[in-house]
Amino acid sequence: MKSLEDLKKMREAALNKVQMREGGKDYRVVVGMATCGIAAGARPVLNRLVEETAANDYNCVVTQTGCIGMCIYEPIVEVFGKEGEHTTYIHVDPDKAARILEEHIKNGHVIEEYTVDAAVNGGK
Amino acid sequence: MMPDLATHLLEIIQNSIAAGARNVCIRVLESIVSNTIVMEVEDDGRGMSEETVRSVTDPFTTSRTTRKVGLGTSFLKGLTDACDGSLSIESELGKGTTVTAKVRRDHIDLPGMGDFGEMIMICIQGAEECDIRFEYGVDENRFLFDTAEVKEMLEGVSIAEPEILIWIRGYINEGIERVKEIGL
Ligand SMILES: Nc1ncnc2c1ncn2[C@@H]1O[C@H](COP(=O)(O)OP(=O)(O)OP(=O)(O)O)[C@@H](O)[C@H]1O
Ligand SMILES: [Mg+2]
Repeated sequence: MKSLEDLKKMREAALNKVQMREGGKDYRVVVGMATCGIAAGARPVLNRLVEETAANDYNCVVTQTGCIGMCIYEPIVEVFGKEGEHTTYIHVDPDKAARILEEHIKNGHVIEEYTVDAAVNGGK
Repeated sequence: MMPDLATHLLEIIQNSIAAGARNVCIRVLESIVSNTIVMEVEDDGRGMSEETVRSVTDPFTTSRTTRKVGLGTSFLKGLTDACDGSLSIESELGKGTTVTAKVRRDHIDLPGMGDFGEMIMICIQGAEECDIRFEYGVDENRFLFDTAEVKEMLEGVSIAEPEILIWIRGYINEGIERVKEIGL
């Protein structure tokens, strides 16, 4: 059974990790969590992003944003890099989310087929 | 569209956070005795005018600029209408808002409870600086969770660290299970 006392140990572990890691994280992974996103399934996507980031200590912070203004493409995950580069992944599900972390955050490769650009260009 | 009660509530809490709340209290109170579930979200955000309150369950009310209809509250109204319930919104500009939804517990159209631990985890993740209290009850049995307590234990470490968030999700869901077991 979990108790609030567990947090003491977790706190120490987290402090050690922060010391080992110099500077901030290289990537920001942002999930659209407005009603349109949630209704489209953003909730399990965010959940998976948090789980995978914790399990693999990926070099990113996961955050949320409101409606991105492209409701038909939700769930949307945006990845921002250190140099301001920016990728928009659309119709993301939990498994795609895990792949985005592994390919993009860990290996540095954009998964073109999941991006909004692929959808727009493929549609014309 | 909204698969479970936790997702409905998440919507309402997101509105509180969007309204700049520093404190949000969430209550999910089941009563087997009176065959009801009451879900309540109380915030100290910017509040709404009377006119906004009146129109808020109408999907054409939104302060969004990205699209013309707001969906969150009208979905909840749909749920309470469908499940022999009621929805009340009390709000005062500059003070805060309380949204209370009541439904019949054994209504055939009532969706499942969903994952409240995950719901709170997502709220904390999206609004680290906001203090969130969560209360779950079945009749007189209670489980209480308060981010202020957790933040105090963590001094210097962010409550939004992914490991901490996952722990919180598990802690809350264990607490809910315990209350349910006593209730039986
Ligand atoms: N807790 C609250 N405090 C202050 N204003 C609120 C609150 N809840 C709702 N509102 C107001 O009511 C409007 C309608 O809310 P609703 O959730 O239906 O739509 P939305 O939040 O604008 O868009 P969506 O939920 O679809 O992303 C909001 O835009 C906001 O102005
Ligand atoms: Mg809303």
